Amino acid sequence: MTLNRRNLLKIGGAAAALPLLGTKAFAQSEPLKVGFMYIGTINDNGWNYAHNQGRLYLEEQLGDAVETTYVENVPEGPDSERVLRELAQSGHKLIFATSFGYGDYVIKVAEQFPDVTFEHATGYMRSANVGTYNARFHEGRAVCGTIAGHMSQTGKAGYIGSFPIPEVVMGINSFVLAARKINPDFTITPVYISTWNDPAKEADAARAMIDQGIDIIAQHTDGPAALQVAEERGIVGGFGQGADMSAFAPQAQLTSIIDNWGPHYVKTAQAVIDGTWESKDSWPGLAEGEVQIGPYGPKVPEDVIAAAEAVKNGQIDGSFNIFTGPINDHTGAEKVAAGVTLTDAELLSMDWYVEGVIPPA
Amino acid sequence: MTLELAIAIIVTVVGASTPILIAALGELVVEKSGVLNLGVEGMMLVGAITGFVVVFTTGNHYLAILLAAGAGVATSMIFGFLTLSLSANQTATGLALTIFGTGFSALAGQGYSARPVTLLGPLFPSELATHPIWRVLFGYSALVYFSFAMVLAVWWFLKKTRAGLILRAVGENDHSAHSIGYSVVAVRYGAVAFGGAMAGIAGACFPLLLTPQWAERMTAGRGWIAVALVVFASWKPFRLLAGAYLFGLVMTMELYAKAGGGPLSAIPAELWAAMPYLATVVVLVLISIRRDASSNAPACLGRPFLPSN
Repeated sequence: MTLNRRNLLKIGGAAAALPLLGTKAFAQSEPLKVGFMYIGTINDNGWNYAHNQGRLYLEEQLGDAVETTYVENVPEGPDSERVLRELAQSGHKLIFATSFGYGDYVIKVAEQFPDVTFEHATGYMRSANVGTYNARFHEGRAVCGTIAGHMSQTGKAGYIGSFPIPEVVMGINSFVLAARKINPDFTITPVYISTWNDPAKEADAARAMIDQGIDIIAQHTDGPAALQVAEERGIVGGFGQGADMSAFAPQAQLTSIIDNWGPHYVKTAQAVIDGTWESKDSWPGLAEGEVQIGPYGPKVPEDVIAAAEAVKNGQIDGSFNIFTGPINDHTGAEKVAAGVTLTDAELLSMDWYVEGVIPPA
Repeated sequence: MTLELAIAIIVTVVGASTPILIAALGELVVEKSGVLNLGVEGMMLVGAITGFVVVFTTGNHYLAILLAAGAGVATSMIFGFLTLSLSANQTATGLALTIFGTGFSALAGQGYSARPVTLLGPLFPSELATHPIWRVLFGYSALVYFSFAMVLAVWWFLKKTRAGLILRAVGENDHSAHSIGYSVVAVRYGAVAFGGAMAGIAGACFPLLLTPQWAERMTAGRGWIAVALVVFASWKPFRLLAGAYLFGLVMTMELYAKAGGGPLSAIPAELWAAMPYLATVVVLVLISIRRDASSNAPACLGRPFLPSN
C-alpha cells in the first residue's frame, strides 16, 4: 500500500474517529502495520531507494503477516514529528524513521505512544520503545579507499558530503585511512553541500573538485550526479553510494557500496510480531550482508580487485579493522595508539578527521 | 589561480546561472504585466521532466527544449485560467501551482529515475573552443546563448516595442489600459504563457545542461531564487542578468573554495549559504535609498483585474 502524506492525514483522521474496537487478541491476528518515513524520494537510486527495497523485501518475506506504508520527502524538522504521530495514530505498531535528523522527534513521539515500536536509522538516542540501527558503511568505504589508493594518479580525492555528522565523518576517515595504507601521501578534501538531494549542486561540486586536480570522487549524498560528471570528464572514477549506479557511469564507477536493509527489517518485524523486540542498537556490516560491495568497474585492474577483496574479506572474518591504531588526527597528533581499536561508541560520536583529510572550515 | 582554473570556474558559473536567468526573465515579463506567478518552481519541474522524457525517448535535445517550453505553457495556463479568467488570488494559486508541479513531475517521472541521458553538447564546433580562452566564448550549449539573447529580447520588447508598452501599461494601470480598449486579460494571458515557456526551458536546463538524469525536485528551490531575483533586479533585464550571475557566482565559488582548500575555504559554509541573501538585503537597501527606483514595481502587481468595477 502506498500513500502520500496527504492521504495519510485523511486515514489518520478516520482512524482517530473510530472508537477502539479491537481487543488485544483481535489485534494480534491482524497483520502488523509497519510504517516507513523517508527523507527523500524512493526514486533517488540511493539511500531512500535502498530503504524502500528493504521494505519490499519485508513484504515479500513476511507476506500477509505485515502491511507496510511509506511516507517520502519528509524533512528533518517539525514536519517529521507530525508524520510520525500520524503513522502511530493510524495503527502502525512498528515505525522506521530512516534519517539521522529525525532523532529528537522519534524520541518525543515514542513517549506518547508507548505501545508502538520505533526504530531510528543512523541515530544514537534510544528509549524503552526506540531502537537504533545502522549499517557499517565505513567498512565499504575502506574497500573503496583501497581502490582509490591504488588507482589515483594525483593522490587527491574529493568527498561530497551532506552534513558533517558522525556517520559521514566516519566514512571519510575510513576511506582515507585505507587509501593511505597504499599511498601514504593520499589526501582527501570533504565538501559539504548542506543538502541530501540537490543533483545540480552535487554535479557542480564534482566539477569544482575535478577542475582543481582531484581524480577520485566519493560521495555521501543520495544520487548519481557526481559520478556522471566523473564519467563525462574521464577522471579515474568514483564510487556508487547506496546502490549500484553503473548505469550512470559505466566507466567511472569503480565499485559501489550497496545498502541491504531488508534482512534487518524482516528480523525487526518478526521480533515485534513474536513480542521479543528489545530496544538496542543494531549495527551489522559486510559480515552480515547488510553492506555489500557491488561489481567492480571495467577500469579496475585484477591486482586492485584482489587488494579490495582482501580488505573486504578481512572485515568479514574480523581479521581487519580500519579503525585500529596507530591513527593520527589531521594535525598529525596521535589519536589512537597502536593496536587499539575504536569502540562503536567512539565511532558513533566521531567528530575529528584523520591524517590526510584537509578539514573544511 | 591559474588561467585554466579561472576558465573552468567561469564555465561552471555560466551553467549554474543559466536556468535561474531564463526562469527569472520569464517571471519579469509576467510581473511587468501585473501578475505575480509564484509557480515558477513547479513549472520548472514540469519542464525538467518533460525535457528529460523527450531526450530519453527521442534523443533529440532541441525537441526536448521545445516540448519543455510547451509543457511550461500548459502548466502556466492552469494558473492563467484560475487567476485571470476566474480572478482567483494570485499568491495562493501560484503556491498551489508549485505544489502541483512538484507532485505532477514526481508522478510523471516514476520509472525514469534510473535512466541516464546525454547532455546537450556545445552549440559551436569544438574546433572553435579548443583554446581555453575561446572556450569561455564558444564552449557552451545553445541554452546559454539563448539566455543571453533573451535578456536582449526582453529588454528590447519592453522598452522599444508598442506591444511592450501595452504590456507595461496593463501592469501599471489595468483599468486605464482597459478603458482605451486593450484587453487586459488577453495581454496577461500572453505574459503568463511566456513565463511558463521560459520556466519550462529553465527546468529543461537541469537534465540537459547540468546533470543528465531525472531526480525528483531536482530544481531544488532555484525557481524561488528566480522569483526573488526579479525584485532584486527591480524589474530590469540587464540588472537581472547581473543578479543571476552574482547568485551563480556565489553558489559556485562556495564549492570551488571548499574543494580547493585555498584561503577562500576559510569562509564557513553557513556564510556562503547566506551570501546571496545578504547581497539581496544590500541591494534592496541601495534601491530604497534611491527614491525614484523604489516605485519601479508594477503598480498592479498581484491585483486581480475585475473589469466590472
